[in-house]
Amino acid sequence: MTAAGGADRAPSAALRTAALEQLLVERGLVDPRMVDAFIANYETNVGPLNGAKVVARAWTDPDYRRRLLAEGTAAIKELGFGGSQGEHIVVVENTPATHNVVVCTLCSCYPWPVLGLPPSWYKDPAYRARMVREPRTVLAEMGLELGDDVQITVRDSTSEVRWLVLPERPAGTEHLSEEELVPLITRDAMVGVAKVAAP
Amino acid sequence: MTAPLDVDGVAAPPRANGELLFAEPWQSRAFGMAVTLHEAGAFTWPRFQAALIARIGAWEDTADQDQHWSYYEHWLAALEDVLDEQGTVSHDEIAARAHALARLPADHDHRDGRHDHHH
Repeated sequence: MTAAGGADRAPSAALRTAALEQLLVERGLVDPRMVDAFIANYETNVGPLNGAKVVARAWTDPDYRRRLLAEGTAAIKELGFGGSQGEHIVVVENTPATHNVVVCTLCSCYPWPVLGLPPSWYKDPAYRARMVREPRTVLAEMGLELGDDVQITVRDSTSEVRWLVLPERPAGTEHLSEEELVPLITRDAMVGVAKVAAP
Repeated sequence: MTAPLDVDGVAAPPRANGELLFAEPWQSRAFGMAVTLHEAGAFTWPRFQAALIARIGAWEDTADQDQHWSYYEHWLAALEDVLDEQGTVSHDEIAARAHALARLPADHDHRDGRHDHHH
């Protein structure tokens, strides 16, 4: 173990990950097929489409909207979405006068069952630090210009509260059905860094 | 919709909204191990989260902001911290195994250049 390159050169993350998995498998603590299944699920099934279905339901069903705003996790579960990081989801509504935007200042808390795993910018130190300090500027840089009369509230997600934004339903979509609304709703709108545009 | 995953990562499937979920295969393994262990009851999520916050916080306190940022390196380090603290797998064991893996193909330097994606 004292050979050159042993102690002074930390092994790469890829090697450490492989080493950790070997040790966990040898001890019967991890089944690699379970790990495969988790990864595949997030890569193919769990994503913002789930959240879009939740939002479209809330836009078209006033009773559901009330339940969603009152008990986010329970209302989301009605549509079949739950699991890891789905506990304690709180839904906040954007209106013409008030705009909510979500950040996790300390790490990367995010409502996985409805949005999938967070995009890289959400985890970036600059986004996490700056969104709290200067939300109007950061939103403008991300392409969302809000008038000075719009009140911005920055919501900091934690393991106790994971925020989800219910975006404004855009004007001109009154004639669209729930199914037709779903494809309009983006991940960014549900994080609060964008608005939903009419088709 | 159900195409097999490209485990080499070079053509890994894009996530919704056009972004890769994991930039490299090891990131998905580190992610999947943490979630699998948590679901099996190996640790609580707040425990893991606290370790992740500590790792990210330490980086932010010391690094100048131009320095290389790798979210999943912090994720992996946090997972190692929790497992080490619990006595499940120690840092030393991981380091020793990683060095053993690095030596597997004789005289091959894994650190410089990934020779397997040269096309």
